[in-house]
Amino acid sequence: MLMAAIKVEDLVKRFDDVTAVDGISFEVKGGELFGLLGPNGAGKTTTINILSTLIRLTSGYAEVAGISVSGNRDAVRRQIGVVFQEPTLDVRLTGRENLQFHAMMYGLTRSEWKERIAQVLELVDLQDKADLLVEKYSGGMKRRLEIARGLIQHPKVLFLDEPTLGLDAQTRRHIWNYIHRLSREKQVTIILTTHYMEEADYLCDRVAIIDKGKIVALDTPTHLKDILGGDMVHLEIAGEYEPMANALEKIDWIKGTKRHDSRLSLTMDHGDKRIPELMNIAIRTGTLLQSVNLSKPSLEDVFLHFTGRTIREEEADNDSPFRFMRHPKRK
Amino acid sequence: MKAIQGIAIYVLWLREIKRLLRAKSRLMGTLLMPLFFLTFLGMGFKRTSMPGMLGLDYSGFLTPGILGMSILFSSTFSGLSVIWDREFGFLKEIMVAPVSRISIVLGRIAGGITTSLFQAMVILSVSLILGFRPRGLIMLLPAIWLMILISITFIGMGLSFASNMRDAQGFNLVMNFVIFPLFFLSGALFPLGGFPNWIRIISRFDPLTYGVDGLRAALLGKSELPLLLDLGILSGCALLSVIVGSWFFEKSEYM
Repeated sequence: MLMAAIKVEDLVKRFDDVTAVDGISFEVKGGELFGLLGPNGAGKTTTINILSTLIRLTSGYAEVAGISVSGNRDAVRRQIGVVFQEPTLDVRLTGRENLQFHAMMYGLTRSEWKERIAQVLELVDLQDKADLLVEKYSGGMKRRLEIARGLIQHPKVLFLDEPTLGLDAQTRRHIWNYIHRLSREKQVTIILTTHYMEEADYLCDRVAIIDKGKIVALDTPTHLKDILGGDMVHLEIAGEYEPMANALEKIDWIKGTKRHDSRLSLTMDHGDKRIPELMNIAIRTGTLLQSVNLSKPSLEDVFLHFTGRTIREEEADNDSPFRFMRHPKRK
Repeated sequence: MKAIQGIAIYVLWLREIKRLLRAKSRLMGTLLMPLFFLTFLGMGFKRTSMPGMLGLDYSGFLTPGILGMSILFSSTFSGLSVIWDREFGFLKEIMVAPVSRISIVLGRIAGGITTSLFQAMVILSVSLILGFRPRGLIMLLPAIWLMILISITFIGMGLSFASNMRDAQGFNLVMNFVIFPLFFLSGALFPLGGFPNWIRIISRFDPLTYGVDGLRAALLGKSELPLLLDLGILSGCALLSVIVGSWFFEKSEYM
């Protein structure tokens, strides 16, 4: 019953001398919430732009809802909703008028769009603000309106490009809740791009980590984190560490040990439950512990594992404050 | 290439009208300049007589020219406004909709014509107060048809320029290097009779020349070329301009 909502095979996109997408392949199942995670400039937005028929692919194959994006583009457009990274609202129209414009462009009849607009406004809690000019909206309200707009035509696939970029932490939480609800309650396939690790971790069923135009890993957030082998417990030891280190070597649930100056870093599953045992061993061997630290693996660590760099380091390289101005000028 | 979608054209038109009605200061701004020209030039040069004025007094000669000017400016603006839609992101919303590109172009033209005609009608009303006397109500019909053709011609031109620009910087360039020369060469403010021959030849390539001449023919019955010839040439210009404008717009889709 669930055919692939999106199928991408060996997709390549070149802009003049830059290869933005360098041979990626993935499939998104119907109803799935799929994330493209990576630093700015990794090729996420380009991928979305190709899938939403805004730009043409250089080579490879991509289909959305069973239709090739190189074939009947209007047929693809009828199946999708898109929320772009930068706002694409007409600020001189009201929220309702923006939705109305959209609904009519998608060929909904008057009675259809009246009902539909009421529904989507309710979904994002904007009923009260619907008749305000959009120029009076806050950043979070604009985002919600755009998400609502993307849903009007009952799309099979909804694209969200950096849905919480530039929003404060509280608003981001709200948007997450809307997206989550959407994905659970409506049978819509969602593909979102983000460079926020927590966002991908919290929202997505599966995540493709994308770096420099290539997919370096693709799995559920849990499996991705499992690759790192579990939790890390860091022990800061004052004085002699040998007795403790020797004792730990005999324990089978410790998967790995790293020593850095007076610090022992241990890899294990369920680190939180193992800390008391570690304390006992310390007491038994007469080791003086200065601190104990537990860290759960995050997608950030996964990214580091696959690329050898943190996502922030990547962004310092790829990004500049002028990125948003530069982007539309791409040919 | 694909079907013309009436609803899409209507929605795009509706959007332009809503924006127009809301931006009252912008509306006033674009109306004021032609009105100043009409009033002050008309009064200032009242007793002036130049060769080639077709036997009209200056304010009579000037009024069709100012109508043409107003349409030239507002229509080019309307075509160029694609730049602002791109700058503010709304163009993406339009582009990703399942609507044929030709419908998008036609919707913009419909909106631009409405805006331009509305302004022209305001100017025509003011000119009546200032003493302008057209020769009859029935001749308003070809006059309006001419205005529509002028409008289409320059919306298409604005669209062609906008589609080839990557940012809003080019806007002033078009204004200074295209619009003003077209305006001055058209004979809207003064007859070109006293100008060197080569300038008069260039003016023959300016669509507005035929627009203004046609408006004089329709409204006053005095013109250099017969009304039908003006109408014919301008129809050709309008058609060509829509084709070229749509072609550039379609091509610029893949930013």
